[in-house]
Amino acid sequence: MPDLLTVTDLVKHYPSGRGRTVHAVDGVSLSIGPGEVLGLVGESGSGKSTVGKCILRLTEPTSGRIVFDGTDVTHLSRRGMRPLRRDVHIVFQDPYSSLNPRFSIGQIVAEPLRQHGIASGRAATEKVCEMLERVGLRAQMRHRYPHELSGGQRQRVGLARALVCEPKLVVADEPVSALDVSVQASVLNLLTDLQRDMGFSCLFITHDLSVVEFLADRIAVMYLGTVVESGPREQIFTDPQHPYTKALLSAAPVPDPAAQRGRRRVVLSGDVPSPLTPPSGCRFHTRCPVAVDRCATVVPSLTPVRAPDHPVACHLVTEDSVPTLAQ
Amino acid sequence: MADVLTTPAPAAVAVAGRSDRWRRMWRRFYRKPMSLTGLILVVLFLLLALLGPALFGDPTAVHFDDVLGAPSGAHLLGTDDLGRDQLARIASGARVSLEAGVLSTALAMVVGIPIGLVAGFYRRYLDSVVMRAVDVVLSFPFLVFAVGLAAILGPSLRNVVFALGVSQIPAIVRITRGEVLSVREQDFVAGAIADGANDATILFRYVLPNAANALIVQATVAIPAAIIGEATLSFLGLGVQPPTPSWGVMLTTAQQFLSQAPWLAVWPGVMIAVTTLGFNLLGDGLRDVIDPRSAR
Amino acid sequence: MTQQRSAAGRRAGTPLLSVEDLHVSFGTEDGLVQAVKGVSLTLAPGEILALCGESGSGKSVTAMSVPRLLPPTARVSGAVRLDGRDLVQLNASELRALRGSDVSVVFQEPMTSLNPSFTVGFQITEVLHRHEKLSRRAARARAVELLELVGIPDPAGRLKEYPHQLSGGMRQRVMIAIAVACEPRILIADEPTTALDVTIQAGVLDVFRSLRDRLGTAIVLITHDLGVVADIADRVAVMYAGRIVEQAEVTELFARPLHPYTRGLLGALPSAARLDGTQRRRLREIPGMVPAPYSDPDECPFAPRCPIAADDCTASRPSLDRQGDGDGHLAACFHPGLSTVEAVDA
Repeated sequence: MPDLLTVTDLVKHYPSGRGRTVHAVDGVSLSIGPGEVLGLVGESGSGKSTVGKCILRLTEPTSGRIVFDGTDVTHLSRRGMRPLRRDVHIVFQDPYSSLNPRFSIGQIVAEPLRQHGIASGRAATEKVCEMLERVGLRAQMRHRYPHELSGGQRQRVGLARALVCEPKLVVADEPVSALDVSVQASVLNLLTDLQRDMGFSCLFITHDLSVVEFLADRIAVMYLGTVVESGPREQIFTDPQHPYTKALLSAAPVPDPAAQRGRRRVVLSGDVPSPLTPPSGCRFHTRCPVAVDRCATVVPSLTPVRAPDHPVACHLVTEDSVPTLAQ
Repeated sequence: MADVLTTPAPAAVAVAGRSDRWRRMWRRFYRKPMSLTGLILVVLFLLLALLGPALFGDPTAVHFDDVLGAPSGAHLLGTDDLGRDQLARIASGARVSLEAGVLSTALAMVVGIPIGLVAGFYRRYLDSVVMRAVDVVLSFPFLVFAVGLAAILGPSLRNVVFALGVSQIPAIVRITRGEVLSVREQDFVAGAIADGANDATILFRYVLPNAANALIVQATVAIPAAIIGEATLSFLGLGVQPPTPSWGVMLTTAQQFLSQAPWLAVWPGVMIAVTTLGFNLLGDGLRDVIDPRSAR
Repeated sequence: MTQQRSAAGRRAGTPLLSVEDLHVSFGTEDGLVQAVKGVSLTLAPGEILALCGESGSGKSVTAMSVPRLLPPTARVSGAVRLDGRDLVQLNASELRALRGSDVSVVFQEPMTSLNPSFTVGFQITEVLHRHEKLSRRAARARAVELLELVGIPDPAGRLKEYPHQLSGGMRQRVMIAIAVACEPRILIADEPTTALDVTIQAGVLDVFRSLRDRLGTAIVLITHDLGVVADIADRVAVMYAGRIVEQAEVTELFARPLHPYTRGLLGALPSAARLDGTQRRRLREIPGMVPAPYSDPDECPFAPRCPIAADDCTASRPSLDRQGDGDGHLAACFHPGLSTVEAVDA
């Protein structure tokens, strides 16, 4: 089956005063198949959220190509974009700013239906009630206002709103990061249930590796505007190849004292460089514990080296060796 | 999907909806004596302005047999140099103040809000142009600008309303724009864009309702400013013309007889002070109550 | 190694800090919020105690009661003893003397905790000058030492920089340097790494570890992240609805969680996902919500959400009792250790 979404060489630069440029996204390529969950992982400043915004055309890509469901949407006009918006929706991180405080929950969930002329009046109310129940809320909840709901309930409303048009793709931008652990668990279970039942594809953007390990089919790891490695979930976790992926995996503490204290951790030196002046060559070379001279000058390309579905952008990964990071 | 869990609602909000929200707001308002005082003063002012002229007789009826009369049973607040009843004139003056305050603020809002919305929403060049113009106007003190405008237009209540309204536009533009800038950064606006909503939908369904609180509070600042403005213009002879009573006109008259009939100056002055105080207290109270940050 | 050291420290003698039956409440317009409802705990010299729990559990309020960094509406009762002195009884000026010298705090937001208008060096030396009465030159030398201690490269150069020139991780290190400038005996760290990226977090946690090892500072770490707890804590107190529901040595707690809430939290972590009967990966959920903080019925506060709740759980409230013969494993549960897995799956 052809991919639902393909992003090729996406670049997004923002002007940033005094003639400087923020290189938020610099040549990202990724694809999502029908019904697939792609986890886009990265730390702050990696550009992961910007990729999501470009796909939704909430911001104008500088260059590259975004093809959604067979249509090139890279520079489509707002009018041209409108019919496609029925098929792609977004769930935000902040359950407080993502719902219009002036609307009742019912209005909030019905808004996409109204916008796309899918249903109105009674039919819309019915659909809204059905959707609210699907996300684990009572239908009566539609008469309430966002400020009366807890963070977890709001996030469910956000999901209901994103899914009410039965989209083909959902972009979820850190949807559980603001929630407490126990609430996060129920929202994650809900999301996986809905994803399997409704069959939508999902771009799940997060900084939390354990979350993508739980629900992603494939994972792409971003660092400073570029994808450094991508592949099936198990491969990323069992056979990480890029030094950054390894460092990221080793830095996330596991909730098991014996295991956590016995681990060999890679502590990266220094800070993430500014996206105003990204390093030359491999963007990770300034912090990479195994960088060689070539890393500072030659940009590594994201190519499959050891497995066809597991491309990595590192000069040191070869067919028969992967760099090992010593403490 | 038979096993969906139904999250129980917390008891505190289970009862309900909108009325609960209003009750909470009222309780928060009611608890502050200052806000309540403001509300009472404003209500009294409105009653006086709306019912007063009917209750207290003709403010222009001249009685030469009783000029500059001290307060008495027949004329509770005394009479002026033409023997006109001061109470009737205060009441009619309240009506004039109300008209000037409300109409000029309405004018400022009707013109200022759309400009602010558009400037804040589209930013870019339009925003720069509008905001520079606003800065230029705001660099004049509000009253100086209004006085200049009124002097050009000539004295009449309609021109006073126009002059005051136009002078208030920049402040309204600036506040609207500020609200738009903050509201448009909220995720729910991005969500609406992702739905394919057009600009009009976003502006009027999402941005404007969320900017409304700040604008309501601003109205409680603009109205008393306009009341003072009207009194000032009328005092200077640029506003309402005699014999129509206005607190400003009354003060002009009182000024000439300050030694013979000091009570003439007291009541218009007190009314102006108390009315503006009332609006300002009310505004402060409203600001506390409907601030979206505390409404969570 | 650190493990042994702290365990030895604790057995060796009297606790550095002891909190006894602490209650904290706040008057709000919706009524009296009881944030902390009778918390008792101790902290040994050089120990790292993690207070963990979800938002609203009272973990921050408990810890901030020590230097009494609480809103003015807070009402505090109970005792907080440091060297036999009851901190609850201190007046404002005594508290000021206490803060920074005996007890220091590191907050979550490194951006807003530093004053943007002054250099890093000025902000560190100011503290040294105020509390330690050091000369300008001595304070500067000490500031360089402190920045070195918290792992900031080129410390002398950094002294001249302003907070906005530093990254989040570096700012948090500066905050820690300021907090430990006067060698406090207790450092309270409120979600110190929550705003940081994981690759930065690891380094900051190392800083805490080395502070404890080199200066013997006791640390109260407030966190919701059980991974961080597993990494650094010696002992853990799990809080729920204003009370400690379970407390144990860190390895003991993770190996044998006894309270159903602790078990629920551990099971809810994405890394604990298991396959269910339909071969789907599922997380264990904790149904329901935290009780409203306005009332305090005489029952186990977790009973309404507890998979193993029985009649006795709603008849009275379990106290935090010693469980088994373990080294100080406490749990407030009538049925500690009863397997919740079967109960949930049933």
